[in-house]
Amino acid sequence: MPEVVELRKVGKVYVNGPVSTPVLFDVDLSFDEGSFNSIIGASGSGKSTLLNIMGTLDRPTSGEVYVTGRRTDVMRKDEIASLRNRTIGFIFQFHYLLPEFTARENVLMPHWIGGEREVQAASAKADELLDVVGLAKVKDNLSSRMSGGQQQRTAIARALMNDPKVVLADEPTGNLDSDNTESLYKMFRNINERFGTTFVVITHDRRIAEKTDRIVGIKDGRISMDVRV
Amino acid sequence: MLPLKIALRFMRSSRAQTILVVIGISIGVSVQVFVGTLIGSLQQSLIERTIGNSPHVTVTSSLDDPVIMDSDTILAVVEDVDGLTARSVSADSPAFINEDGRTSSVLVRGWDLEAADQIYGILDNVRAGSAPSDDEVLVGIGLAEEQGIGPGDSVNLSVANGTRYAFTVAGVFDLGVSSIDDGWVITTLGSAQRMFSLGEGVTSVEFKVQDVFAADAVALEMSTLLESYPVQVDNWKDQNEQLLSGLQGQTISSLMIQVFVLAAVVIAIASVLAIKVVQKSKQIGILKAMGLTDGASSRVFLYEGLLLGLVGSVFGVVLGVSLLISFVTFATNPDGSPLIDLYLDYPFVIGSGVIAVLAAALAAVIPARKSSKLSPIEVIRNA
Ligand SMILES: Nc1ncnc2c1ncn2[C@@H]1O[C@H](COP(=O)(O)OP(=O)(O)OP(=O)(O)O)[C@@H](O)[C@H]1O
Ligand SMILES: [Mg+2]
Repeated sequence: MPEVVELRKVGKVYVNGPVSTPVLFDVDLSFDEGSFNSIIGASGSGKSTLLNIMGTLDRPTSGEVYVTGRRTDVMRKDEIASLRNRTIGFIFQFHYLLPEFTARENVLMPHWIGGEREVQAASAKADELLDVVGLAKVKDNLSSRMSGGQQQRTAIARALMNDPKVVLADEPTGNLDSDNTESLYKMFRNINERFGTTFVVITHDRRIAEKTDRIVGIKDGRISMDVRV
Repeated sequence: MLPLKIALRFMRSSRAQTILVVIGISIGVSVQVFVGTLIGSLQQSLIERTIGNSPHVTVTSSLDDPVIMDSDTILAVVEDVDGLTARSVSADSPAFINEDGRTSSVLVRGWDLEAADQIYGILDNVRAGSAPSDDEVLVGIGLAEEQGIGPGDSVNLSVANGTRYAFTVAGVFDLGVSSIDDGWVITTLGSAQRMFSLGEGVTSVEFKVQDVFAADAVALEMSTLLESYPVQVDNWKDQNEQLLSGLQGQTISSLMIQVFVLAAVVIAIASVLAIKVVQKSKQIGILKAMGLTDGASSRVFLYEGLLLGLVGSVFGVVLGVSLLISFVTFATNPDGSPLIDLYLDYPFVIGSGVIAVLAAALAAVIPARKSSKLSPIEVIRNA
């Protein structure tokens, strides 16, 4: 199976003035297309750093990053932006919706950023996604006027809008109660199976991790465990 | 399109802030329009009053003898000078009026009335009676009152050698300039030439020009053309240097006011937008994470500056013009006529608006750069 994301000997050192903090050490890691993966590890072990580098939001200090086979750590910023727009969906612990726009407009945002073609198809797609995440009734509310769970589900619909090859989620349920957490994972699974979207999910919750196809453990910036179910 | 859409949403979501900035820009632009137009109008009416009813360029003899015998040749020589709108000859000489023992010294001016009217607008300002024919005179209103004369009366004018000539008063004029209204007696060219024994001679050739501020250039061109003739060419600008430097001072202070107002507008917009970039950094970060380019995210704020400038300018122009209209309506002389005549200079008014829009866009450049430099990872890390 082809690899959606591949890290080769990725190292990351944060430098703040005289202080430099090495966080990742020669990480080799790749994820297969259509797979459903989790990353676990102690707080401060480097999970978010790893995910942000995979998502091209951050650049590695050393090593190479490939997304859908293209090397990204040497691309121009605009090229990366366009690649991100078309192939990667992000879900963060905090939803990061734009409060000035409605739920539906937030979902459409990645499409608008990509250049507004196929307006009707996009509109239908946004409605379908909002339906999938169970927000058909509140889709025209301003995103700031929705509950936390509704906002996070809107963010999920948004992450899926441009049919990304991979969805990178950093503790997407960190702010939600267990019922909501449960239903969100069911939704991820459902989408993974329906659209073949690759998922890489950082989680603290072992029970959730155990439901995924592959668990990658990070310890002090190195891969400490890699279990495929 | 998306940056514009986002800019509009940002402006709508912080409505109070947007309205305040728009009001600020409107006030700035309206002050510019008001002050600029007022000062411009004052200057225009001052110039109008100074040279509206007088020649802009005058050719006189450069010899001791003030008589120019070949005025037709002179007119032919300068025929093709650009920008001449009126030309006339005049035969002038001092004289005395003596009625009922009251003596006034006057200037008798002999004109081809139709040609001279193009320069002096005298015929529109005849208050009583009519234009003079041969052996008739038009006298200034001040003089008429002083001498107690009016249309139909006869007056005796005596020249330096004591010879007296009898004229009939055809009418009384009022140009609103006391030195003229108190001292001029206008008659036909032929009468003046006979009275002063000038033959076919005149004492000056007078011109009006299209662009009054180019009068000195026109005069220079004429004096080059007339080099071989014993004449000198004067223009109103040389004769009114003080007025001109006063006007220039006004223009500079008007410009200063406008520059400072503009600077205040620019600073206001720049600071509001700088705050806005910080307020919206979370949104910009997440938009960039979703693939919004740096260029597009800077355009959000450029558009916002442009829109604020555009709306503010439109309101500002409307407000400024309304202020001007109410000024002429309410600031009036006792007789109800406006204190000053307004000259609405449309290029100036629209220019003020356009410059404010450009300034607003300029003010948005620094915030736009900030937005462009914002890195999504910073925003996402520092939730
Ligand atoms: N900008 C930064 N400058 C310096 N050090 C940083 C910076 N960002 C992260 N770090 C450090 O890098 C290490 C890894 O951080 P990271 O956020 O990747 O951890 P994490 O595994 O996601 O932790 P958590 O589970 O708490 O989210 C931490 O020790 C953190 O202090
Ligand atoms: Mg983390």
